[in-house]
Amino acid sequence: MKYSRYWIASCSIVLGLVSIASAQETPPPTPSPTATPAPAPPAPSGATGGASQTSNYFNPSVSVIGNFLAVGGQNTVENLPSASLRESELGVQAVVDPYARADFFISFGEHDVSVEEGYLTLTVLPADLLVKLGRMRVSFGKVNTMHLHVMPWPDEPLPVVNLLGGEEGWVGTGASVAKLLPLPGDVFSELTLQVFGDEPDGPFAATKRSDLAYNGHYRVFADLSDSTNLDLGMSYGLGPAGTSADAKTTLEAVDATLRWKPLVKGNYRSAILRGEYFLSRRDQSGGTVDAEGWFVSGEYQLAKRWWVGVRGEASQHADNAAVKDTGTAATLTFWPSEFSQFRAELRQRRYGGPNSVSASTYTANEVLFQVQFAIGAHGAHPF
Amino acid sequence: MKTAKTLAAAVLLVGLTVPAQAKLRVVTSLQDLASIAEAIGGDHVETVALARGYQDPHFVDAKPSFILKLSRADLLIVAGLELEIGYLPPLIDQSRNDKIHPGNAGYLDASIGCDILQKPTEVVTRAMGDVHPYGNPHYWTDPENGRVVARAISAKLAELDPSGKATFDSNLAAFEARLTAKEREWDAKMAPFAGARIVTFHESWPNFAKHFRLQIVGTVEPKPGIPPSPTHTLEIINLIAKEKVGVILVEPYFDRKTPDYIAEKTGSTVVTFYPSVGGIPEIKDYFDVFDRNVDAFVKAMNRKGAR
Repeated sequence: MKYSRYWIASCSIVLGLVSIASAQETPPPTPSPTATPAPAPPAPSGATGGASQTSNYFNPSVSVIGNFLAVGGQNTVENLPSASLRESELGVQAVVDPYARADFFISFGEHDVSVEEGYLTLTVLPADLLVKLGRMRVSFGKVNTMHLHVMPWPDEPLPVVNLLGGEEGWVGTGASVAKLLPLPGDVFSELTLQVFGDEPDGPFAATKRSDLAYNGHYRVFADLSDSTNLDLGMSYGLGPAGTSADAKTTLEAVDATLRWKPLVKGNYRSAILRGEYFLSRRDQSGGTVDAEGWFVSGEYQLAKRWWVGVRGEASQHADNAAVKDTGTAATLTFWPSEFSQFRAELRQRRYGGPNSVSASTYTANEVLFQVQFAIGAHGAHPF
Repeated sequence: MKTAKTLAAAVLLVGLTVPAQAKLRVVTSLQDLASIAEAIGGDHVETVALARGYQDPHFVDAKPSFILKLSRADLLIVAGLELEIGYLPPLIDQSRNDKIHPGNAGYLDASIGCDILQKPTEVVTRAMGDVHPYGNPHYWTDPENGRVVARAISAKLAELDPSGKATFDSNLAAFEARLTAKEREWDAKMAPFAGARIVTFHESWPNFAKHFRLQIVGTVEPKPGIPPSPTHTLEIINLIAKEKVGVILVEPYFDRKTPDYIAEKTGSTVVTFYPSVGGIPEIKDYFDVFDRNVDAFVKAMNRKGAR
C-alpha cells in the first residue's frame, strides 16, 4: 500500500511534467492576436490607455497565488497530508495617500485564514528612513522574510522550523525602521531595527504586556560585476522566552546570497548560491540551551523555464540541543510562464532522537510535488 | 572655541566652492532614455540607466543597488506602459525619495504623447502571453517617438531647473535637427525595402516597422514571452516560404537556436537587431541604434537580392 502510493505519486509527477512540457510544445495553431502590426490610426495616446477602468481607479491591486502540495513517501514526524491546498496567498496592495502605501497578504489554508502580513509603509520620511507599522515577516535573516511562493523549495528549511518557532517562521506585529547607510563605492547597506509585541506562535512567548521582542538586521549588497552580486546579512533578535518572568531568548543569524546572471543570456542561464546560519540561546528551567542550525542551497537555471537545485540542512531544537535533525533535498522546477510553476522535490530528513516516533534517529524519504499559480496583478519579481 | 571658528570657516569655504547650480541627477530605466536626457540636459544633468542595453528590458532584477541610485535622483524617467512593472515599483517605494514617486514632479513617463501601437481592443488575458494592456512598450524603436520623448524631457528639465531652460531649448533644437537629417538618411536607405515582409523574434519592432513601412508577418515566439515551440516553428517556416520573408530580426538577448534553424530551413537571414543604446559598445547613443540596425537590415536584404 505504502509503495503503491509512492509510485502513483512519482508517476503522476513525471507524467505531469511531461504533459505540461509537451502541452507547451503544441500551442493552438492560431497566430497570436498581436502578430500582425495593426496599421493603427494615430490615436491620441497616453500611459493609461482608454478610460475602461475608470470605476476601478482607486481599487487596490489584487493577486492570488495558489499553492498545491502533494506528498508521497512516509514521514510520521512531519506528517504532511497527501494532497493539500496549502497557504495560498491573497495580496491586496495600494498607495494610501501621498505619504504611505499599504500591503496585505492574507494566507489561506484549507480550513483557516490568517493575516501573514498587513502593514503601512511610510515612504516619504526624511533622513533616508523607511518605517513600517503593522504585522510583518520579521527581517531576521533572509529566508524568514520570504513568502512561501518565492522560496526555491516547496518546504521551509529545518532551522526555520526548529529555531524560529515553526514553519511559519518569525512573524511579528509592531514597528520597523530601516535606514540607508550607503558605503563607499556605491555599495548598498541598510540597518533595520524592529520591535514587536507578543506572538502566540513565534519563537518568543511573553508573560506580560511589557515583554517585547526586538530585532536588528544589517544588510550589505554589492554588485561584484554586471552579472554577479553578493548579498550579506547579519541579524540579532531578543525577546522573552516565556519559561519564567525574566527568561530571554536570543537569536542570531548570518545569511549570504551569491547570484550570477549574465545579463545578455540571463533569460536562459543563471545561478544562485545561498546559505544561512542560525544560533538560538534560550533560558529555560534547567539552564540555558544553545542550539544552532544552518542550510546551504544552490539553484541553477538550465533553460528559460527549467531550474534544478540542491539543499543541505541541519538544526538542533531550540529547547533541546541534544536533538539534531538533518536533511538533504534535490529539486526540479519548471515554469510554463512567469505565472505558474511546477516543482518536484526529493527529500530525505533524518530526525534526531528522541522524536515522536522513536528514541533514536528516524529517517524519512519523501517526494513533494508543488504547483503554484498566480492570478491578478503582476507583482514585482522578488529579489 | 577656536576649533569651532575654524570649523565654521571650513564649512563656509566648502559651501562656497560647491557650484551654485548642482547638476540634476537623472535616473532612467533604459539607456535610450538616458542617452536622450544627456543630449538635452548637457552639462546640467548627470544620467544613469538601471537596465543595460543588452539585457531583456522585461526582466530586470530589482537589485538593492538600484535603490541607492533612486534615492539620490532628482528625476526618474521610465518607458512606462508597464515595461518596468517587474522591478521598479518596489524600488521606488524603498528609495525614500518623494520626488520620484509617480505623480510627483520628478517622475516622467516617456510614453506619454508617443505613438503607441497594439493597444488591445479586446479584453486581455494572460492566455495571450505576456501582453501589455496599455500597448506595446517598445515604442522608442520609432525615431519619431524619440523626438516626442526628447521634447518631454526638455520640458521636464526646464521645469526642474529653470536656469537651464535656454540650454535645454537649444539642445532640443539641435537634437531635432539632427534627428530630422538622420531620418532622411535612414528613410532613404530603407525606401527600397518598403513593404518588405519580415519575421521578428519578439513583438519589439512594430514601431520600427511602421516607421520604415515594413510588414511584420509573424513572430518566432508563439505568444509574447512564450518560448518557441516546434509546432509554431513549423508554421513560421511555412509562413516564411509563402510570404517570401527575407529576414528574421532577433534581439541580442534571445537564443539564436530557433531563428538559426528557421533560417537554415528557409534560406532567410537572421539579423541581430539592437533595441537599445548599449546593446553593443559601439551603440553609444540613440542615433547609433538606428544607424546600426538600418545598415544591418540593408546589408542583409541586399545580400538576399544578390543571391
